[in-house]
Amino acid sequence: MGSAVIEIRDLSKLYASSRGNVLALSGIDLDIAPGEFVSILGPSGCGKSTLLRCVAGLERGTAGEIRVNGAPLDGPPDGLGVVFQRDILLDWLTIIENVMLTAHFKKLSVADLKPRALELLHLFGLKGYEHRHPWELSGGMRQRAAICRALLDDPKLLLMDEPFGALDAMTRDDLNVELQRIWSLSPKTVMFVTHSIPEAVFLSDRVMVMGRNPGRFLGDYRIDLPRPRTLSVRGLPEFNDYLVRLREVFTSLGMMKKE
Amino acid sequence: MTRLLREYEKVITIISVLIGSLLIWEIVVRVFSVRHFLLPAPSAILADIFKNWDVYLQNSVATLEVTLTGFALAVIFGVLFAVAIVHSRFLEHAFSTLLVSLNSLPKVALAPLFVIWLGTGMASKTMVAVTIAIFPIVIDTALGLRSIDPDVLNMANAMRASRWQVLLRVRFPNALPALFAGMKVAISLALVGTIVGEFVAGNAGLGNAILAAQATFDTPQVFASIIVLGLIGTVLFYVIDFLERKLVPWHASQRLSSGMATA
Repeated sequence: MGSAVIEIRDLSKLYASSRGNVLALSGIDLDIAPGEFVSILGPSGCGKSTLLRCVAGLERGTAGEIRVNGAPLDGPPDGLGVVFQRDILLDWLTIIENVMLTAHFKKLSVADLKPRALELLHLFGLKGYEHRHPWELSGGMRQRAAICRALLDDPKLLLMDEPFGALDAMTRDDLNVELQRIWSLSPKTVMFVTHSIPEAVFLSDRVMVMGRNPGRFLGDYRIDLPRPRTLSVRGLPEFNDYLVRLREVFTSLGMMKKE
Repeated sequence: MTRLLREYEKVITIISVLIGSLLIWEIVVRVFSVRHFLLPAPSAILADIFKNWDVYLQNSVATLEVTLTGFALAVIFGVLFAVAIVHSRFLEHAFSTLLVSLNSLPKVALAPLFVIWLGTGMASKTMVAVTIAIFPIVIDTALGLRSIDPDVLNMANAMRASRWQVLLRVRFPNALPALFAGMKVAISLALVGTIVGEFVAGNAGLGNAILAAQATFDTPQVFASIIVLGLIGTVLFYVIDFLERKLVPWHASQRLSSGMATA
């Protein structure tokens, strides 16, 4: 157990409001091994983003414990990168300045990381856009820049909160392949929140299925597909088997309609 | 290219309307022989400006000096005040109500007090200008500092940015459009404050010139001073507008008008 990067024990989160209490998370247990790519898959409002925010140290659970690298979590841990659903690039900075924001905020050497920032932008197909402003870029390009910002200091732990949820299907496929490629170049522990079954299967080593009211885990599925994965993986019968199996979890609980 | 042409057309339109109205004014005054001290003809006003240009220049410089000093102080202290209010719950509670009640007070009424405290020199006039101009700066800047996307703060917190970094790198640039909106109002108010100051403690400036001319029924000089004042106010406003375009090019309203891609 001690070898896990993330250890979550019996985590729950209660939101108290004037209209009554909402149990966003209940009895969450999860261990994520170093270098493992784990997706949290669930319908909207199941508390998967809340779980990610708890692991990021941005929110505290009501009960239970989260340990990162063996130490109880108290605020954002070291070596953390976060990609949010929206790119949240700062409009007054250029793309390269937005990426370099990580160096400034984490008090790292700006001179040392500048070449790395350029390299990342090139890797993500943003060559030539370094000195443009965010509003001059498309949604997909903006999100690529946001991923570069999160990857700048090569974090050991990457948390991604539906990073491609706001993008069109083609851009989404494109970025899935790219993320998968980057991850195999420099493996890191990833917790990836999504409501897309194919996206979860395509990217992950493990898919944790979440249900809502209260937010809890319904199942833990290991995805044994060969890596590196390209879009052709989606044509494999095994890929389809995973989709069917995961969909069944939701239909059996009435969260998705049977066809 | 077409945008430049449209700008050019706009300028032509404004100038034609201006010249047209002045012509009508001139004709009405001449045809009906309106008495000079009631309504002087534009030609008489212009003649007065050209004849006494050195006096108008002197008075303009005096007025501008107070206006710009007052405006600069209002911006510096207004921004500091806004930062203090946004960063301290105690200060917010302590000053928010006070600020609103002070703002609803006619600040012009305070002018005589400043003369009692600071004499009739530049200091009292500057204080009147600052007192009037500082409110839009404080209110707009505080609003700009507060109206920040919570996800942006999450992003900064996840990187363990310090409070100081968040203020300088995120909150302050985010508040710049609001600060400029406040400054556009404040620059005109600083001019108003200066004229009020010159009315109550006059020994120089266009405000003083207006009062002096009124005492001798020198209506052309009153009009001439008002026209010079109007010119100064317009130029000051457009200087701020120009600076905004240079310093805040990302602001949505600027972006749309400059025809940049918004995708």
